[in-house]
Amino acid sequence: MDYATSDMGVPPLERSRERGSTPLGATADQGFKIVVVGGFGVGKTTLVRSVSEIRPLNTEETMTQAGEAIDDIAQVRGKSATTVAFDFGRITLDARNVLYLFGAPGQERFWFLWDRLFTGTLGAVVLVDTRRIDDSWYAIDRLEHHGTPFIVACNDFGGPVRAGGDVREALDLDPHVPLVDCDARSRESGKQVLITLVQHVKNRYADPSARAGLPRQEFV
Amino acid sequence: MSGPGRNRPGRDDAPDRLYTITQGRSRSDPDNPFDLVTLVVAESEPTAGMQSEHVAILKLAQSPTSVVEIAAELRLPVSITKVLLSDLLAAGRISARHPRRPAITDPDILEQVLVGLRNL
Repeated sequence: MDYATSDMGVPPLERSRERGSTPLGATADQGFKIVVVGGFGVGKTTLVRSVSEIRPLNTEETMTQAGEAIDDIAQVRGKSATTVAFDFGRITLDARNVLYLFGAPGQERFWFLWDRLFTGTLGAVVLVDTRRIDDSWYAIDRLEHHGTPFIVACNDFGGPVRAGGDVREALDLDPHVPLVDCDARSRESGKQVLITLVQHVKNRYADPSARAGLPRQEFV
Repeated sequence: MSGPGRNRPGRDDAPDRLYTITQGRSRSDPDNPFDLVTLVVAESEPTAGMQSEHVAILKLAQSPTSVVEIAAELRLPVSITKVLLSDLLAAGRISARHPRRPAITDPDILEQVLVGLRNL
């Protein structure tokens, strides 16, 4: 689990008084979510940090071992609860629209919380380390299951570059899913990843014939 | 589990402290309207005797602030934060700008998102 924040020891109320992030403008009224999923150490936090206008923050959700977010806090007393932590950053798009970018772990327990946290997500970026491609299968399977549009971005770790065709084949990736290379440390590269995702989502909904055959996101 | 997260309020001492904060109420009410990216705006000043978490939220949300930012700043799990926000909403002390779900499939709005990203 990769925690991005370091000043964990400060009491919450004290810390909230010295809030580091810039406030949004008064007219902001529409929040969007984009989720970056990937295995441990693949660069999710780095990508969020490179494009975020605020220092990335970290928060968590709690669930019981049964996999449900807890219905009554009393249930947790004396039981072991599991927490899923995630990082996030923020991008102000214009006077009304603000985008939140979440870096989320790809492991199995995280997906129990997907519907609770990430319903209504604009789309997802599956961040891949081409040396550990197997880490990404589960995330891709889950995103397809949830009907969430996504792209795959291969983070460049400076190793030998694997040809795009190889990666697509290794991931058994649908031909219509964009596959891009990126450097998660670079703001410009991170920005291009997000643009590729949103363009992909827009194309999907702009073309009625394509839309008919696609799974629809369910809004609860 | 080890690491810095171990010392987070709401994690370390989770059950008892969180039980107190929400007075033991359900924290996953399906009718709770708050999304991670609902933007919350304070509609009043904190008053004497108000629960400290409520005070902190009203201070944070003097300009629009997302639920997830509030949770992170207060270092509380998201679902606990939503319970606190529901209290304040019911009391008329905050207003909530929920994400409009159709926006994420609307090509015109997605184009606005693209323009914003290109301008970064």
